[in-house]
Amino acid sequence: MPLLPVRWRWLVASGFLLCAPIVAGMAWLVLTALFDRVHGLVPAGPLAPENWAFVGSPSVGGRPPAVVALLNSVLFSFAVAAVAIVVASMAAYAISCLHFPGRSLYLAVVLVLHAFPAVSLLIAIFYILRVLGLFDTLVGVILVKTALELPLGIWLMKGFFDFLSWEMEMAALVDGMSRWGVFWKVALPMVRPGLLALGTFALLSAWGEFILPFTLIVSSRSWTLATYLQSFLTEAFTDFGMVAAVGLFYALPVLVLFGLGQRYLLNLYGGGVKG
Amino acid sequence: MRGIEVRLEGLSKHFGRVVALRSLDLEVRAGEMVAFLGPSGCGKTTTLLLVAGIYRPTTGAIYFGDRRVDGLHPRDRDVGMVFQSYALYPHLTLFENIAFPLRLKRRPEAEVRAKVSQTAELLGIGHVLDRRPGQVSGGQQQRAALARALVKEPQVLLLDEPLSNLDAQVRLQARAEIRRLQRDLGVTTILVTHDQAEALAMADRVAVFSTGEVQQYATPLELYQRPQNTFVAGFVGHPPMNVVRGRLEDGTFEADGWRCRVPRLSYRGEGYLGVRPEDLRVGGEVEARVLVAETLGREQLVTVRVGATELKLLAAQADGFAADSVVKLDIPPDRVHLFDAAGRRIG
Repeated sequence: MPLLPVRWRWLVASGFLLCAPIVAGMAWLVLTALFDRVHGLVPAGPLAPENWAFVGSPSVGGRPPAVVALLNSVLFSFAVAAVAIVVASMAAYAISCLHFPGRSLYLAVVLVLHAFPAVSLLIAIFYILRVLGLFDTLVGVILVKTALELPLGIWLMKGFFDFLSWEMEMAALVDGMSRWGVFWKVALPMVRPGLLALGTFALLSAWGEFILPFTLIVSSRSWTLATYLQSFLTEAFTDFGMVAAVGLFYALPVLVLFGLGQRYLLNLYGGGVKG
Repeated sequence: MRGIEVRLEGLSKHFGRVVALRSLDLEVRAGEMVAFLGPSGCGKTTTLLLVAGIYRPTTGAIYFGDRRVDGLHPRDRDVGMVFQSYALYPHLTLFENIAFPLRLKRRPEAEVRAKVSQTAELLGIGHVLDRRPGQVSGGQQQRAALARALVKEPQVLLLDEPLSNLDAQVRLQARAEIRRLQRDLGVTTILVTHDQAEALAMADRVAVFSTGEVQQYATPLELYQRPQNTFVAGFVGHPPMNVVRGRLEDGTFEADGWRCRVPRLSYRGEGYLGVRPEDLRVGGEVEARVLVAETLGREQLVTVRVGATELKLLAAQADGFAADSVVKLDIPPDRVHLFDAAGRRIG
């Protein structure tokens, strides 16, 4: 590979410089999780497997076992992604391809919904879940989180559906498909990159969600990893080695998933329709 | 495959407050090929989509034979359709594309294979069936789209600008092929096009559309020889007919600064005179100044000014037309078309 042109070298150098604090923070997280003591970014003590004791331990101090929190997080994130994909793609298809009264108003309202920060809705959500009997359940939080993901998802998918060939759908209708069949077998396969993008965003957003499970779930058996991690940050005493280990434990599944799915994710926009 | 008669009665389509089509009555005979011709936005494609069942009419009825179909879902109408973009499924091979309508009908595999290869052979694409749409030429894509429309042996074939994405040379070939195929199969066909050469060359009858209405529905020759109004007169024919506004008196037409003899009519007053460039000749009594002469190859298209009017005439390439020279023009009275003030044909 030829050397970079001079003006590019400056750009790359300043890029590295900007990233340095974040990289250092991550390095600190990994080191602190693995070693007994760390001075700056230099390990100063022996390896500390006791930081990872939480993985195998049964519930301690009101916490559920780590595995339960992990499973809850997985369930929560995948459920949010799945429901968001199904609902957003159907809503977006209707908005993009079907004519019904109030269509543009609906689209505008969806966008306004996105403007509300989740925190400002918490009290209302709390009452609604209480009435529905979904307070303190994973299902309740899944529904709320999905609802918050939908505006962005609908707009994203609408963009993909807008680019669909209208004639191709019409051809399928004339060839003998039902309207429903056209959606499933012609439209959806052609927006697969969009579905993958939406699913990824929703999954990651749910995986990192803290406020909703923290406020809407009380029982420890329904905790997710975010609330599990928070429980280690007490006012009295904080074991940073353990917090770092839990943090790493929390981040690991996402990293594994990204490693496995990298090829598809980077191809997100590579699978368009060719004439 | 036997075609069926298609009848449109009082058909109209409104999109909100926009009237795309107003009260259309039209009949396509069994096995006939009819072209809907017109500029974009004239209602021709709307009509085609109404026949296909993709749009629902605002008013009116559509009959296939004795069966009323305007309330039916597209798949229950037994029509085949070719779209301008061909609308082939990009992720399927040509074979699967053509087989698609049969698979939806859950026909047995042996029948699917037999019919697809038979139709593909008919259209000369038997050797590329294992390729995808993106891997074959435009002409082959077009044939695959046609094969997909024909494979289910429809009673009515609808073609929406099927040739407009093809190269000029391939287009001429495809034009003749589609026509021959349509005759052999005897399938009732409606062709939508904005290309008059295509419409005149392929169709038994042509419906000329403008602003949501049919201006004239006749054979290509009749459209050319007896246009019913100034729109058809100016739209059909290439180069287009000269249409001049003026006054009709007893046996003469008077325009801005010149006059000529025309057949005697009872009509008097404002009106239009139409004369085709190929009917204008040199050697008469109307004085004209040559503006420009364009070479077309076999002929030349000469623009002349008569009074305040510009006229175009087709002349043999050998005739000399120097710019700014004055020529005497002959406007043969038996070749002119006369229209009243509203643009309707009167003689």
